[in-house]
Amino acid sequence: MKELRLMKGNEAIAEGAIRAGADGYFGYPITPQSEIMEYLMAEKPKERTGMVVLQAESETASINMVYGGAGCGKRVMTSSSSPGISLMQEGLSYMAGAELPCLVVNVVRGGPGLGTIQPSQADYFQTVKGGGHGDYKLITLAPASVQEMYDFVSLGFELAFKYRNPCMILSDGVIGQMMEKVEIGDQEPRWSDAYIREHHPWSTLGKTPDRPHNIITSLELESSRQEKVNLKIQAKYRILETEEVRYEMIDCEDADYVFVAYGSSARICQKAMELGREKGIKIGLLRPITLYPFPVKVLHDLAGKTKGMLVVEMSAGQMIEDVKLAVECRVHVEHYGRFGGIIPSPSEVLHALENQIIGG
Amino acid sequence: MSENITKEELQQDENLIYCKSKVLTDNEFHYCPGCGHGTVHRIIAEVVEEMGIQGQTIGVAPVGCSVLAYNYFDFDCQGAAHGRAPAVATAIKRLLPDRYVFTYQGDGDLAAIGTAETIHACNRGENIAIIFINNGIYGMTGGQMAPTTLEGMKTATSPYGRSIADTGSPLRITEMIAILPGTHYVTRQAVHSPAAVRKTKKAIRKAFENQDLKQGLSFIEIVSNCNSGWKMNPRQANDWMVEHMFPYYPLGDIKVDGQLVK
Amino acid sequence: MTEEIIIAGFGGQGVLSLGKILAYSGVMQNKEVSWMPSYGPEMRGGTANVTVIISDERISSPVLNAFDTAIILNQQSMDKFEKSVKPGGLLIYDPNGITHHPLRKDINIYQIDATEEATKAGLTKVFNMVVLGGFLKMKPIIAPEFIHKGLEKSLPKRHHGMIPANEKAIEKGKEILKPYHLV
Repeated sequence: MKELRLMKGNEAIAEGAIRAGADGYFGYPITPQSEIMEYLMAEKPKERTGMVVLQAESETASINMVYGGAGCGKRVMTSSSSPGISLMQEGLSYMAGAELPCLVVNVVRGGPGLGTIQPSQADYFQTVKGGGHGDYKLITLAPASVQEMYDFVSLGFELAFKYRNPCMILSDGVIGQMMEKVEIGDQEPRWSDAYIREHHPWSTLGKTPDRPHNIITSLELESSRQEKVNLKIQAKYRILETEEVRYEMIDCEDADYVFVAYGSSARICQKAMELGREKGIKIGLLRPITLYPFPVKVLHDLAGKTKGMLVVEMSAGQMIEDVKLAVECRVHVEHYGRFGGIIPSPSEVLHALENQIIGG
Repeated sequence: MSENITKEELQQDENLIYCKSKVLTDNEFHYCPGCGHGTVHRIIAEVVEEMGIQGQTIGVAPVGCSVLAYNYFDFDCQGAAHGRAPAVATAIKRLLPDRYVFTYQGDGDLAAIGTAETIHACNRGENIAIIFINNGIYGMTGGQMAPTTLEGMKTATSPYGRSIADTGSPLRITEMIAILPGTHYVTRQAVHSPAAVRKTKKAIRKAFENQDLKQGLSFIEIVSNCNSGWKMNPRQANDWMVEHMFPYYPLGDIKVDGQLVK
Repeated sequence: MTEEIIIAGFGGQGVLSLGKILAYSGVMQNKEVSWMPSYGPEMRGGTANVTVIISDERISSPVLNAFDTAIILNQQSMDKFEKSVKPGGLLIYDPNGITHHPLRKDINIYQIDATEEATKAGLTKVFNMVVLGGFLKMKPIIAPEFIHKGLEKSLPKRHHGMIPANEKAIEKGKEILKPYHLV
């Protein structure tokens, strides 16, 4: 039987990183995710697996350390919360441009600005629309449980290396701070240099006589060549959009109405569904797991079968834009959100459905 | 030289008295004639070749005139975001402790936008080398004021001369980082004369060899010119550098084997 | 079986650790659990509360606005959470420091003099386990052997010597729980 532990979401990220065989973590403290680095430091991963954990001087330095490690083909990561993630946008753009894989965890808090330290989902646009400059995307995973926080570390690394692109786990203060049961996996080995040289031959581990020197860069002064770089990156994104869409559908078969929500909001919607079904309202839930690539097709198909959709987010309405694009006006779509660190209650969400969709 | 000797006649082994390091690629330098970058690149390549560490060396290029340095060095390189080379190099060295890792940075990159990364990499005592080219100006973007621009020096963004009242004093960042316990070797050199080139090569070799000692960071400032940015010919630029830059940025070792030089 | 619980009191009363021990014991008994604290500035000396859910099925929302059981350890929490107990639900409170006692008539209300008992018995460090005992008396959803395992998992190894004292406190809590109002 697998080992079961009661863990905070943030702790699950940290343990998941060690178990996934990550090579390095570089971070800077910020609430509500500081437990990630605290847990790693307490666990002495250098002794457990040889993993490097370093507290950097800023989020800017952290993401550029991640750049350096990723350039060597190493599985490296960082984590932060909203204001710190804003500081990392330059580095993320460079990594997407240089086609470097990495994992970034954002335990989102309320904004804008310094905002609050309580949960929020207001970094959706920043994450999936490209928070930094240039045409690029972040592969975005939205965990809705502590188990998924744990599991998505290794999934995130897998996708990041498969597509040579940064991957973000977009979480929030609810999932980061709550404790749930986690099934702990076996210790995966860290990659050897020989393995990296074979599977990721672009990495800068040191030149060997059988190949030219490797260069990691996002710079290309020739426009015609830069356009080719961009086309290559866009071609990867088209593959991602067909191959890597992940979502969960609950009770949508007979549903008259559908909640669309991710992360902790999806959990709250699930309870609202239960309350609604007790009252005889047939509600389903579509939970995007990948926010990029977004489950466009499934939403489009669902639109023809339901009377209305309520997009529930802890923001002023961000994912709703993607939902509306996906359903192409085939169904009535409304948004319900609380923000600034306020978590909506299940009954509040059900009332919103009744007022805005069923009665609206 | 007589004009009737052909190139082929000249290129004979017995005439060979100097050749390019094997650790440089065949790409032609894009640097302005008279610029110090080409000389420093050559020195680094020679040191790597002589130490036999081409396969173990990883360089980190900055943003600035030497942004394309990785096209000339025939070893693995990464190009960092502006100012972030010490952070990039930190991770490379931590993850690959037996490699020789160095950053190559200009004054804007290292002493303005990257000040925090510079100071903290030095303070952590990362076992890397930082090679810092100080020519007192932003060359790549067209000759704007740098943190190391001398008082009164005219640049595109200080057209009437740098005013200390408005912009502070030229930054001697090398003296600043020398007092940090994390730095093991700190020196300021130049490449304007054969003697200076020899000294700089010794310094760079020491900076690479120090990485085996794991005693901390080696920091080499090279005071250089920018004849284009300074709007002088190469000769005038070197003379101006000797006359004006060296008094403010005096050459010589500042810290050796972890001890400040008195 | 799904049991949705709010535990609320002052920071320092062991509210969060009470919840953690209960949740961890649930894990040991192979239940689904969630533990969601309020977090933020109020943690520093103010009120603290935690929502604990223990279930045989997958848990939906870790954040709730109605509870099967409220365990209330100060007046502010009483003011905030008395109204959140589901009709027919359970409210357990320590009357120490309570000036406005609960008025609900549609729920079962029990008092537990945990502060007083813990002080008398020299068990102040395990005050929160006295409270847990009171809860388990009414809702024996976790067997004692799994509470033992939950204590082992929740407490740092250096405090494992305290486990018997914790279990004694739980037993004490079961003894002293008394009804205040029954439906």
